[in-house]
Amino acid sequence: MRHLLSAADLDLATATAVLDLAEEMQQVQSRPVKKLPALRGRTIVNIFFEDSTRTRTSFEIAGKWLSADTINVSAKGSSVSKGESLRDTMMTLDAMGVDAFVIRHSSSGAAAQVAGWVKAQVVNAGDGQHEHPTQALLDAYAMRQHFRTLGAAPAPGATEFAGKRIAIVGDLLHSRVVRSNVLLQRTLGGEVVLVAPPTLLPTGVENWGCEVTGDLDAVLGTCDVVMMLRVQRERMAGGYFPTEREYSERFGLTEERLAALKPGAAICHPGPMNRGVEISSAAADAANSLVLDQVAAGVAVRMSVLYHLLGSDEGAVH
Amino acid sequence: MTTTSGPLLITGATLADGTRTDLYLAEGRLADPASAPAGVERLDAEGLLALPGLVDPHTHLRQPGREDAETVASGTAAAARGGFTCVHAMANTTPVTDTAEAAEYVAALGEREGHCEVRVVGAVTKGLDGEELAELGMMADSAAGVRLFSDDGRCVGDSLLMRRALTYVKAFDGVIAQHSQDVSLAGPGACCHESEWSGRLGLPGWPSQAESIIIARDVQLAELTGSRIHVCHVSTAEGVDVIRWAKARGIRVTAEVTPHHLLLDTPLVAGYDTTFKVNPPLRTSEHLEAVREALADGTIDMVGTDHAPHARQDKDHPFDVALPGMLGLEQALAVVMEVMVGTGRMDWPTLVERMSAAPARLGQVPGQGRPLAAGEPANLVLVDPAARATVDASASRSRSRNNPYDGRDLPDPVVATFWKGRRTYAR
Repeated sequence: MRHLLSAADLDLATATAVLDLAEEMQQVQSRPVKKLPALRGRTIVNIFFEDSTRTRTSFEIAGKWLSADTINVSAKGSSVSKGESLRDTMMTLDAMGVDAFVIRHSSSGAAAQVAGWVKAQVVNAGDGQHEHPTQALLDAYAMRQHFRTLGAAPAPGATEFAGKRIAIVGDLLHSRVVRSNVLLQRTLGGEVVLVAPPTLLPTGVENWGCEVTGDLDAVLGTCDVVMMLRVQRERMAGGYFPTEREYSERFGLTEERLAALKPGAAICHPGPMNRGVEISSAAADAANSLVLDQVAAGVAVRMSVLYHLLGSDEGAVH
Repeated sequence: MTTTSGPLLITGATLADGTRTDLYLAEGRLADPASAPAGVERLDAEGLLALPGLVDPHTHLRQPGREDAETVASGTAAAARGGFTCVHAMANTTPVTDTAEAAEYVAALGEREGHCEVRVVGAVTKGLDGEELAELGMMADSAAGVRLFSDDGRCVGDSLLMRRALTYVKAFDGVIAQHSQDVSLAGPGACCHESEWSGRLGLPGWPSQAESIIIARDVQLAELTGSRIHVCHVSTAEGVDVIRWAKARGIRVTAEVTPHHLLLDTPLVAGYDTTFKVNPPLRTSEHLEAVREALADGTIDMVGTDHAPHARQDKDHPFDVALPGMLGLEQALAVVMEVMVGTGRMDWPTLVERMSAAPARLGQVPGQGRPLAAGEPANLVLVDPAARATVDASASRSRSRNNPYDGRDLPDPVVATFWKGRRTYAR
């Protein structure tokens, strides 16, 4: 694996290997000395064209705990306004001898474009409304840990995700998280149920191989995981839904809906949360909420991803 | 480059209708081959087609303002390479062609530096801002003799202003050419055909209806005003349906389709290569099929290249930020041959109508789009119908390299182009 641009880049063996290694990485997090020497001498530039406290910090910690030299570059504001093209910005940094770029950009496709230009390896840390593959991996990691606590090992040859229903609820149209999760779960074997008002469904979603519904209550009791996505207030101005109140009433994980969850079902949210809109505080802080487990998994999963990309001489998996 | 202006006898050429003939070019016109003196320069056109010079109703030459992307000289050289003897220079230059002076400046550049005839398209509104009419009458009366007006690149969105423009140009038999796109239907970031592809790629999309809604409005305004409307770059099945309806109703509407909307489809943007970002966007196969059928049956009257050169630095951006547009002049004939003639959808006389006669009538260009007959201006292109080649963007005569056909195997038909008897391109 030269780059990680899309969750579709991961076949089952690779995705499983990334999750398995992340478990080992998570062991490291409980040690007093957290640093591993694996990526000593490698240089990783986290270039964020869009603000993101949690993803950038998570990648930075992941790189540092693997002993890579990790440099954060905040490149907020479009290249156009600076008079420099994205290509020139990236080629300039690439010429400094960087081993890998972790790139976040508000434009869909930016990571793929950059991968076509630079010599360094590229990790997509979120590109516009397109994909966020490490988010899908950390979601899968947190879900897998949760499924394991419920007991019942998977049947031989199946993954822990087989037979599991994962509802993803909210602004699917503008979400890179949902696209990566759908692709990754297609590989891992989970069954994704997409729940949103029709205005916030991507064109062609009916061909994604997922159940699609606008009725949260109809599917709530059938799902093993309910992943709530942040809904931005600016979507109201776009006419996607009338008010926060109505959104919350129809699509929010309210305290009332908590009671309708299937026993043992987990609650996920990629953050940042709009408490009181798509998720109630009761749900966010519930015992079966994986929100903080997701964050913890983020560091371990990103350590694993960086190790898989950079940890061997040829930059290949294994 | 223009290499000869002496008399020339082209022998053994085949006309679009299949007739074999000699063509004698003298003093800028076609003359009776029998009158050619012995010893005159001869060109053996055995096996070649001789077609009237092609006319492009829709060209971006970028001068004045973006001479790093294209100039009148380089753009018309690319036109000659593609078999064109006349192009219509769109108004979205810097400054905008919205005054008589600006129009005359471009026309003079064409006179001085053009490798084909340059007809000037004037803006409909000042600065292309869609708010106040530009000086349409003064542009019409100017030495540039503007007859075609367009805010191309932007849609004249306001219905009342569009009505006024359509009515006003009747005084001088002008035509409004509309970039039909309801911007409010798609939102500011739209950069891809709204489809399963836009959904997967996370690219905000233009629905087909953003085009057809404006076409539907405009043809009804043309009916209301009794004026003529030209629809630029029709790209959708829905747009074709509306035009077909309007024509059946007797509304005076003409339409063009670009070579790229005939050949290239939405999946090409899956790699986020900004070469394939264009507005209107590349559509899906059912739309390609619809515009091909419409071009064959005449619902779409003509081919317009929408040749849109861009400097590399304007394309090396994220997909939603990069400027839209692609080159078209050099491969237009090749694409139409590949998609329409090679497949048996269209014969050569129809191709001549769609790529020469109809656009010349739209632009009211005397001496262009004429049959190859004695006494007519010697504007013609010699075509080898069998030649093919792999397109090489770096070999373009355009200053820009945003050629969507780069690396593609296509017909390579143009052997030589003659404008007013002068050879403007020779292989």
